[in-house]
Amino acid sequence: MDILVILENNQGSLHRLSKEAIVAAQKLGKSVTALVMGSDSDKIVGHLTGYDLEKVITVGHDLVSSYNADGYSEVVRQVTESCSPNIIVAGHTYQTRDFMPRVSAKLGVPFIPDIVSLSDQGFIKQVLNAKLNAEMSSTSERLIISFQSAAFSEEELRPGSCSVEAFEATLDASGVRSISEEPFQEEAGDVDLDSAEILVSVGRGIEKEENVPLAFDLAKAMGAEVSASRPVVDSGWVESFRQVGSSGSNVAPKLYFSLGISGAIQHVVGMKGAKNIMAINKDPDAPIFEIADYAVIGDVLEIVPKLTEALDRS
Amino acid sequence: MKIAVLIKQVPGSESTLPMNNSQDWIDEPSVTFVMNPPDNFALEEALLIREKMSEGEVVVVSMGPSRVQKVIREGLAKGADRAIHLEEDGQIEIDPLLIAQRFTDILKEENFDLILTGLQSDDTGMGQTGVLIGEMLGLPTATLAIETDVLDGQIRVKRELESGWFQWVQLPLPASISIQSGLNTPRYPSLKGIMGAKKKEIRTVPNSDLLSGEQAQSMDRIFVPTTSKKTEVIEGDADQVVERIVEILRSDIKVT
Ligand SMILES: Cc1cc2nc3c(=O)[nH]c(=O)nc-3n(C[C@H](O)[C@H](O)[C@H](O)COP(=O)(O)OP(=O)(O)OC[C@H]3O[C@@H](n4cnc5c(N)ncnc54)[C@H](O)[C@@H]3O)c2cc1C
Repeated sequence: MDILVILENNQGSLHRLSKEAIVAAQKLGKSVTALVMGSDSDKIVGHLTGYDLEKVITVGHDLVSSYNADGYSEVVRQVTESCSPNIIVAGHTYQTRDFMPRVSAKLGVPFIPDIVSLSDQGFIKQVLNAKLNAEMSSTSERLIISFQSAAFSEEELRPGSCSVEAFEATLDASGVRSISEEPFQEEAGDVDLDSAEILVSVGRGIEKEENVPLAFDLAKAMGAEVSASRPVVDSGWVESFRQVGSSGSNVAPKLYFSLGISGAIQHVVGMKGAKNIMAINKDPDAPIFEIADYAVIGDVLEIVPKLTEALDRS
Repeated sequence: MKIAVLIKQVPGSESTLPMNNSQDWIDEPSVTFVMNPPDNFALEEALLIREKMSEGEVVVVSMGPSRVQKVIREGLAKGADRAIHLEEDGQIEIDPLLIAQRFTDILKEENFDLILTGLQSDDTGMGQTGVLIGEMLGLPTATLAIETDVLDGQIRVKRELESGWFQWVQLPLPASISIQSGLNTPRYPSLKGIMGAKKKEIRTVPNSDLLSGEQAQSMDRIFVPTTSKKTEVIEGDADQVVERIVEILRSDIKVT
């Protein structure tokens, strides 16, 4: 099997999911070629030369010096035609979501995204809000796949050596239609979720805005900070800087106490590093319980006020 | 401004999800279906753009068996002008390339200025349809849009990046944009809207044989995920539960 792994250049450093994608690629095939685009590719190549890879391909064309979907997908198409991999592998990052389907359509090659593990027959992917897993497979001779965060551990990266090769991509300015401005961060709040020892985290299971103070009261009784899942932030019930997950903060408190959060992967990636996870959910099959140390099956609206009272009393 | 919004009907988050006999998908007759939540945001965004520009047309497009008429009606009741239903019977469609091809064949006849999709569906979560259609129609694409601004012949899109970062991207129209949840507050249909929806046009495109042939991807089985983590389950009467939690906080985790 020949594998082409597409790496993400995160302003000069290698995206964490790209390292995990290399591990996946090393497990899948004998010959692994890595592709890196962008103006600071040199820095990334510096990190890569210590890994066991066939070669690293760099593309230094002006039109892909910073990310854009048109240019990136065209380069991946050209590199694929030139080195004929059986499988194209990437981390399931936001960038992959943005351009990899274009590669799939350009090449007419199926794309199985967001894989959590490999099986004998195929690829395991979460479906139906992570409540079930599905085994997927493909009959295609060429395939694109992407892996969810933590599908593999970067500690398993096989060291070795590799050569570096520059690829001359043929790109036309008229083919790059979007104009991207500089990435920016929204103003941060005055709450530091990173350093909180305990986080009481509110999910949609709190049901309505009027119930949100229940979480703040509990947090006060515990000496905790309040964080939240995305829908709670989207509804405007708590401030956006409290959001935990792939589009919010990554936290690793001593205790993460979730109230009515289902445990979708985009939330879990932001908190699974917590030393202790306690979750209240009324659904015994909620995915959050798979990663919880303490699974409290019950109604947050009933349990939380009683818990606050019990803690205040003592 | 002619806008297409692609809407999928998916199992609701509160629905039971029993497996079918062949254990390769859920037993659909036992499932409660809803409009895919990100698609609902995409529809709202289309309606807002039409209102802001005080002109234009919003067309909802949905693929699936006759049950999807329910979300089509919902879209019309909320204010879409008309609808296209691409009939597709049988088990859920897995192959995004074929699905996108089927949509593309219909969409290209209509010359839309803007195609909006939700960023992924709550059922299979392939997250590709809008971008695939963009490539197939030769249009620029952007994903994870959390704000849009239509200018003269252009659209500016605020894209969500990872870990609290954002980026503005400007694309020439026509374009295909996939929408992230939370960028607006989807409206509920009014009574007048519900009544009016009955008179709106739904064009039905009969079953194609596109999806009945060999698909390049398949879903071979589904199963309940197992966990290796040791979890203490706490359940029962609320007072007992609270007592046990307090004990754990004090003695095991030592945080209070
Ligand atoms: C690209 C992308 C990025 C995303 N980024 C993020 C992110 O950064 N952070 C994030 O959180 N999400 C993110 N999401 C959304 C994520 O997929 C989930 O939709 C979200 O995390 C769900 O939030 P929730 O658990 O609060 O709500 P739901 O999934 O609706 O879960 C509510 C839970 O509450 C339980 N419940 C209901 N009532 C009660 C009650 N009375 N008592 C106890 N339990 C109750 C239910 O059983 C259910 O399990 C992202 C999604 C995408 C596609």
